[in-house]
Amino acid sequence: MLDLTTQIGSLTLKNPIMPASGTFSEELAQLFDLDVLGAHVTKTITREKRSGNPTPRVCEVRGSMLNSIGIPSKGLDAFKANVIPFYDRYDAPLIVSISAGSTDEFASLCEDISVPGVAAIEVNISCPNIEEDGKAFAMRPSTTHAVITKLRQATDLPLWAKLTPNTGETTEVAKAAEEAGADALVVSNTLLAMAIDIHTRRPKLGNLMGGLSGPAFKPIALRMAYQCAKSVDIPVIGCGGISTVDDVIEYLIAGAVAVQIGTATFIEPHIMARMIDGLETYLTTQGFQSVRQLVGSVDDKEASDGMVFMEAAP
Amino acid sequence: MNIVPLPTSPTPIEMMPVFDVSCAVKRNEPVNGEYRLLVLDAPHSILQCTPGQFFHLLCPVSEHLQPYLRRPMSIYGYYPDQGELHFLYKVTGEGTSALATLTTGQSLTVLGPLGRGFDILPDWQNLLLVARGVGLATLAPLALQAHKLGRNLTAICSARSEDMLMSLDYFRELGADVIPLTDDTGTSDVGNMRRIIEAKIADTGIDAMYTCGSNRILKLLQSLGKTHNIPGQIALEQQMACGIGMCQCCVRAFHRKGKTVNERVCREGPVFDLQEAIGC
Repeated sequence: MLDLTTQIGSLTLKNPIMPASGTFSEELAQLFDLDVLGAHVTKTITREKRSGNPTPRVCEVRGSMLNSIGIPSKGLDAFKANVIPFYDRYDAPLIVSISAGSTDEFASLCEDISVPGVAAIEVNISCPNIEEDGKAFAMRPSTTHAVITKLRQATDLPLWAKLTPNTGETTEVAKAAEEAGADALVVSNTLLAMAIDIHTRRPKLGNLMGGLSGPAFKPIALRMAYQCAKSVDIPVIGCGGISTVDDVIEYLIAGAVAVQIGTATFIEPHIMARMIDGLETYLTTQGFQSVRQLVGSVDDKEASDGMVFMEAAP
Repeated sequence: MNIVPLPTSPTPIEMMPVFDVSCAVKRNEPVNGEYRLLVLDAPHSILQCTPGQFFHLLCPVSEHLQPYLRRPMSIYGYYPDQGELHFLYKVTGEGTSALATLTTGQSLTVLGPLGRGFDILPDWQNLLLVARGVGLATLAPLALQAHKLGRNLTAICSARSEDMLMSLDYFRELGADVIPLTDDTGTSDVGNMRRIIEAKIADTGIDAMYTCGSNRILKLLQSLGKTHNIPGQIALEQQMACGIGMCQCCVRAFHRKGKTVNERVCREGPVFDLQEAIGC
């Protein structure tokens, strides 16, 4: 009997496939039974109502996309009244993503969202849009440590820290999050990027810059997920450019215990459900009994620490 | 649990199923110098549409054309009896260029039907449709629906030149009083359009106005709607990623109750109240 379950701290997921924050909402239930998923992850909310960034908020680049959506939010009260109750009908655990502009605001939102129906809190300390030109808590180990310490005091629920690829200190930030009490890392958010229309000479995004996601970004996020898995003992959830079941398998081999699927759902709305079937087929044909046997099975035994944790291309 | 008064009325989560289906191409051919008609062999399940709704098309990828995101396209016609879904499009970018390469027998994956379509309220007897260029495509299913409901229809169709005017015969077949206006003949200016519409209001009266796209026409109809107290609806566009309401990419601003609110074109629209719409 094939075992697809995966463990993220105290949470057991029935399979390692879940959506990435911002690419999932109740509307997807019009396409398939959302209970096939390992978990549900909601779009980042803030305490107050926010309208998000100017349009255009999206543009495509070769084989990938940029977005500058920002964090439009209907606010905490609307979220608690409408969104959390919607997910009551499902067995899959509900992971709520939150963000705020300061550590104190972050902690107080974290406390107020720790309500029945919420299984874990993903803390978006890395969104490249909320502060000027992508500055975020997860850029540095010190600010990561400070915010996670406050968040840890604010809730008993599992805390997942979503890291950013815009830092040059990937493993230091990962270790800071672990030391401050994060229960898991989500690796990672989008990479700050830009595109310009050569005819109008205007930036293609209303916000000038935005986050790169999709297949072009996958090798970068995979490298980070691998480095994080090597440097911390808490579980790593892979996220970035996953668009096929082969990508899922690659992240699991690199050391991620689960994965988040984002942009691919925009192209193929059923993709997560198909990936679960594809993963099952792969494990069966390769002779694995469980997902756990595959996790971290990368054959890198010759690699030195210098190679594993490099921050610049050789 | 405390009942918290909501800051905005929540969008009801309509749980109508949405389908992602591969359809065979029946025809894909030029209609005139600029526009093409794509006819798909579509299953009955996706043809339960409302005029004004759209599909999200997974455009084919080739060596030279590699659109990544899907492309939203309004429905030109849906015919459950014939099992056909029609799109009228102008080749402008990578997505529509890729669509133009489709040949009979190839397949195209379409997601839908999506969005909120036009309303025709029971007491709206005399309907006015105003559109320019390819905007007429979006209003074609509305004209058919109005015809089926036995409503009186006036269609003001504007374009650069006579040969760019589309669907005139189609609208006439549906019993519409068709008024073509072109830049070539100097009849398409806003002043002339206003005179024509005001004459119509004075003559038979207009109960509702519908449009799509053009900023100029939106402003004119908003002004006429206010002056003569006539309701209306407009179909709007915006760049989209997911098409079903998840990503928040396709918002536009609207005036509502003295405030400016953002709404998703894919979900709360693409059809919106005429007076709430803000041109761009």
